[in-house]
Amino acid sequence: TEADVISTVEFNQTGDLLATGDKGGRVVIFQRETESKGESEELGESGEYNVYSTFQSHEPDFDYLKSLEIEEKINKIRWLPQQNAARFLLSTNDKTIKLWKVSERDKRPEGYNLKDEEGRIKDISTVTSLRVPVLKPTDLMVEVRPRRIFANGHTYHVNSISVNSDGETYLSADDLRVNMWHLDITDRSFNIVDIKPANMEDLTEVITAAEFHPQHCHLFVYSSSKGTLRLCDMRDSALCDKHSKIFEEPEDPGNRSFFSEIISSVSDVKFSHSGRYLLTRDYLTVKVWDLNMEKGPVGTYQVHEYLRSKLCSLYENDCIFDKFECVWNSTDSVIMTGAYNSFFRMFDRETGRGVTLEAWRESSKPRAVLRTRRIYTGGRRRRGDVGVDSLDFTKKILHMAWHPA
Amino acid sequence: MFSKGTKRKFSDGDEEISAESLVGARVASSYSLQRQSLLDMSLIKLQLCHMLVEPNLCRSVLIANTVRQIQEEMTHDGSWHMVTEAFCNPGQSPSERLVATEVLCRSREQDAEPKLFSVISYEGCREEEVVADETLCSVSVSDTVSDVCLAGRMGQCWEKSELSGVERDEEALEDSSLGSGEDEEIDTEDEASTKSPKTTGQVFGTFEIKNGSPGPDSALEELFSDVDTSYYDLDTMLTGMQSAPKMGPYDLLDSLAPSHSSPTIVSTPKCRSDLNELDHIMEIIVGS
Repeated sequence: TEADVISTVEFNQTGDLLATGDKGGRVVIFQRETESKGESEELGESGEYNVYSTFQSHEPDFDYLKSLEIEEKINKIRWLPQQNAARFLLSTNDKTIKLWKVSERDKRPEGYNLKDEEGRIKDISTVTSLRVPVLKPTDLMVEVRPRRIFANGHTYHVNSISVNSDGETYLSADDLRVNMWHLDITDRSFNIVDIKPANMEDLTEVITAAEFHPQHCHLFVYSSSKGTLRLCDMRDSALCDKHSKIFEEPEDPGNRSFFSEIISSVSDVKFSHSGRYLLTRDYLTVKVWDLNMEKGPVGTYQVHEYLRSKLCSLYENDCIFDKFECVWNSTDSVIMTGAYNSFFRMFDRETGRGVTLEAWRESSKPRAVLRTRRIYTGGRRRRGDVGVDSLDFTKKILHMAWHPA
Repeated sequence: MFSKGTKRKFSDGDEEISAESLVGARVASSYSLQRQSLLDMSLIKLQLCHMLVEPNLCRSVLIANTVRQIQEEMTHDGSWHMVTEAFCNPGQSPSERLVATEVLCRSREQDAEPKLFSVISYEGCREEEVVADETLCSVSVSDTVSDVCLAGRMGQCWEKSELSGVERDEEALEDSSLGSGEDEEIDTEDEASTKSPKTTGQVFGTFEIKNGSPGPDSALEELFSDVDTSYYDLDTMLTGMQSAPKMGPYDLLDSLAPSHSSPTIVSTPKCRSDLNELDHIMEIIVGS
């Protein structure tokens, strides 16, 4: 059903938990199966994940002032670094961000004096002796409780959240503003970027994604619908409307069309784990940028260049506005992004080579190797090649996460 | 693809055209046909963004930018000029005309369909008929009106999302002025021609005049800044009006797709007085 459509995925820092958010406002957390081999328990190599917990994160809401519905769809989930036995994650819909505490309980106290096993109050007269309740192991229970609700911070739709390396703050970005919150404070946030023009008629550019630097807690980047990236330093000023660096690739005059701007719009931006590079996704390519070089990307990878001649139809059916995500692997040596027809692409940064893989439901065996696919764009056609016109544009891989291992 | 109103016309006339120039003409006309259909498509997309859920701002901005781009190109290569020239004073420079102008002029021929200002005013109906007036197509008027309309449209779309009780900044003033516009309009219309552009700015809400500092009634606007004018939106929607007030240049749609046009629901006498009022205002604007 429509409500089950997954709208975001995110591994936690160790990779043993995978959280997914869907259009119905639910979050499902999967946990990696561990196998015990012999006497000692080893981390399972099976790569299977089972449902760990499910909870309703956001409910549909209604903005009475504007007479508009607020969708409960989960736009993003981000895990907080683990500090104790409990785990925390942030989930957001268009307007409200929530902090959830996920904790396990596998023991329960038994032997109360005043309550019986079912919890009913005992008749005092039947109590003849005192005893100390003891903790007994029980079946594992996963409890998820909302700990913070960060509401009323955004007029526009929240597209990104990013936890700061300081472990205390996080940012949330909507179409026109970026706010910084403290994880413990819900009644106010700092506005650090505001690109709303004084006159809304002058609006020509929106924020599409934002992320904190993985190591430097004062740096963050945000991308725009015009294909620019702005790196901001929060030490410069309270309001970071002026960027420290702006990354922009000059337009290729040969490829200019009415769709140039739309396909240059950045749909996702990710820092590399090293913090040295940025990965961006626009409609037809993924690009790697070096933070030290603003004038252009250091690498451009064609995701589905064969769609360039189809831009008009893709504009008509709105596919041109699809927002694909992109990810680095843990060593920053491979980058990955999604495409249509259930295909996704991986690029090796060293060789520059790309491969197309299909997310095929039928191969449900764990650790099955996905088959590589090819799009037929001319020349010799091999068996198994898929023609451009037979691509299924309703099967799009928009969201992705790479296991941290 | 949407093909309304874009019939292929072979360049008839000169029989002695060489094959090359014919091909060239075909290529050129097919390009402009494509461009036109792209424009139509974009406008319809903008119109369709009214729904129960707030439209995607990024998508709307990108589509609006595309429309602007097409308009600019059409203006530069004269296609815009040719269209509007037939109806308006040829002395006008093409670059001053925007989308709305064309509609303004075309609307004369059609049957007083509510257009242009349907967006600017949340009250809807009243101001729409104004467009149909011939005088609006006269040189002096069309410029600024088109500025108003295009700007007004664009503003409305973004503004919808801006209406929030939490925010009471400038932008809300623009919307609120619409809610309070009714009162102010009557005032402005009755007054003599010594109106300042700023006050008329209130009438049109999101007016694009560059000297757009808040008028003397900004305090009044502040009071109304939290008026829920979105109600009026629903109102216009429910009364079957063309409610795409979210986006700027969708007014072109009216001429392209007659089926989308909303029926005239205001009686003619009222229409007449509105026309006079708007006339008045236009003179003032142009005069300044």
